[in-house]
Amino acid sequence: MASQAKHHILSVLVENKFGVLTRVAGLFARRGFNIVSLAVSPTEDERFSRMTIVVDADETPLEQVTKQLNKLIPVIKIVELTPDQAVERELMLVTVHPPKPGRRSPSWPPSSRPRSRTSATRRSPSSLPEPRRSSTP
Amino acid sequence: MQLTGAQALIKSLEMEGTEVMFGLPGGAILPVYDPLIDSSIRHILVRHEQGAGHMAEGYAHATGRPGVAMVTSGPGATNIVTPLCDAYMDSIPIVVITGQVAYSVIGTDAFQECDTVGITMPVTKHNWLVTDARDIPRVVREAFHVATTGRPGPVVVDLPKDIANQTMEWYWPESVDMPGYKPTLRGHPKQIKDAARLMCESHRPVIYAGGGILKARAAEALRELVDLTGFPVVTTLMARGAFPDDHELCLGMPGMHGNYTAVTALQRSDLLLALGSRFDDRVTGKLSGFAPDAKIIHVDIDPAELGKVRRADVPIVGDCRRVIEELNQAVRTSQAKQKWPSLADWHTQLRDWQTRYPLVFEQLEDGPLKPQYVIDMLRDHTPDDTIVVSGVGQHQMWTSQHWRFNYPYTWVNSGGLGTMGFAVPACIGAKVGKPERMVWAVDGDGCFQMTAQELVTASAERIPVKIAILNNAYLGMVRQWQELFYEERYSEVYLSPDLPDYVKWAEAMGCVGFRVDHPDDVVPTIEKANEIDDRPVVVDFRVDYREKVYPMVPAGASNDDIILDPAHDRPGGR
Repeated sequence: MASQAKHHILSVLVENKFGVLTRVAGLFARRGFNIVSLAVSPTEDERFSRMTIVVDADETPLEQVTKQLNKLIPVIKIVELTPDQAVERELMLVTVHPPKPGRRSPSWPPSSRPRSRTSATRRSPSSLPEPRRSSTP
Repeated sequence: MQLTGAQALIKSLEMEGTEVMFGLPGGAILPVYDPLIDSSIRHILVRHEQGAGHMAEGYAHATGRPGVAMVTSGPGATNIVTPLCDAYMDSIPIVVITGQVAYSVIGTDAFQECDTVGITMPVTKHNWLVTDARDIPRVVREAFHVATTGRPGPVVVDLPKDIANQTMEWYWPESVDMPGYKPTLRGHPKQIKDAARLMCESHRPVIYAGGGILKARAAEALRELVDLTGFPVVTTLMARGAFPDDHELCLGMPGMHGNYTAVTALQRSDLLLALGSRFDDRVTGKLSGFAPDAKIIHVDIDPAELGKVRRADVPIVGDCRRVIEELNQAVRTSQAKQKWPSLADWHTQLRDWQTRYPLVFEQLEDGPLKPQYVIDMLRDHTPDDTIVVSGVGQHQMWTSQHWRFNYPYTWVNSGGLGTMGFAVPACIGAKVGKPERMVWAVDGDGCFQMTAQELVTASAERIPVKIAILNNAYLGMVRQWQELFYEERYSEVYLSPDLPDYVKWAEAMGCVGFRVDHPDDVVPTIEKANEIDDRPVVVDFRVDYREKVYPMVPAGASNDDIILDPAHDRPGGR
């Protein structure tokens, strides 16, 4: 990537209502930010959802977008997850298409369909402390 | 008590103290217009929905109370997007009710359906799509709360037709519960202390007062701050009137067309006390060259404004009035403990600039009529508390420069968005809000043609506004830029002085129309217009098209490169 923009993770607690994702995503778009990844799901308190947003930005524009985000009425709280406070996990699903001749005959699945296998990999910096669970206010 | 959604909406508006609303009915909003007949709310039927929005803004500007507008779905809603954006940029509290197609058919491309909530999301502080009639009182309560508190702004309540026809059990929520909306009002005590410390170390301070002073009703607190400190004040386009122009420490408007002293005072200052202002590009010019030696104390109720454009040495989040009052207290404490530096040299310097570089123009006795002369005469022959409204362009800058604003809430204009056509509907809204005051709009001929039809509304509703058209037959500000920066290649800016015939047009709309093209006729015509109190008046002032707005800081240039009026060098210039 050409810019020096750094990877930041925002954990955004929002009201669990329709249209909130549009407001959040729209704000990022209007202020010219590209969302790297985004996950949304309800919290243990059904009135709220948590959005985990990964964004590439420098410190100053990130502060501006965070402040703008805070102005959205359905946004309750924003926490930036810094590397020393959070654990990052990536899950990868891989479809493997081995060429027919070299393929070992699989014991499972029993059929002969040339289908995929899935595997998961994970990475984790060794120096990370225990994962800290943030609680819902 | 069982009510329909429509009845609940009108009752909720009444509960919020709505006295007047501006609107235009249509299919989807029909159910709400029915109970309006039995309501105490005065409805003003506009000729175009944009007019309703700007009237609501003008009303809010003049009164400080939220303006309310109501329109139908689809084109009704899209026509009011411009006023919403205008109000968003200038932080004007307006509440817009839009009809929507029945909830059951949303998303089917029904007749006059549009995604109002989606379209207005970027131009409102917040908006709501009502999905259950039982939510109406709560949503209206929240809408007014959001529009009027914190940094004010426009909100939209989108009401589907079937929800308006549902019945519900009436209730009125005692309070507003919005966990994600809690504006900070009080300044942080440590920041206040730090601010007072910077203030007592400053030798060349300037108070850079913005529209937030007016929104926070902080004009009196500001006056006290100036009396305590002797700090000079510049008032931005949105803050004209927040500090009296006749005060000896008022330097007037800064920015692209600000006067020399205001612009240069900011440039040379060692401390800027930015109160409810946002370092807009029209004020700062080239940012890297703006006030290079100044430390910044920035007070704003919107945390996102702090550090958005210029880093503040002391950022303070809070309501301008509260924070200024806290500052005044801190200043008193500090002054009791130590002697503050004398500002006499700074005051002398400022007075010297004011004497050397006043605003100038030349009105020859026999014409051509100069636009600045018209404004000066209008200023001198109207009551001191006249509300002045303008559109956008040269006439707006001249009015802001030449008027003497001595009372807050006497200046209504479109700043951030720069919406041509703002003046006619906005002055109607202002007059509705302040019927006892004289309301003059100074408009351009280009602006006037965009929204003039609302004078029909004004005539029909007996709203006696007065419009001075500074008719130079051009889109004057664009012409000025083409003259200065595009080698006098005038592309698509000529409008013609007499097409349309403004006097006939005024008369056709039920107004009185006058035409003035000689300097001698200016004052008698203004006096005639002031006498008329039963219908709107339009005066077509034929002014010199060559006149340009000076001083001027060219776009992208530093404020140090301010261009003065060439008339400075001519004898007889004044």
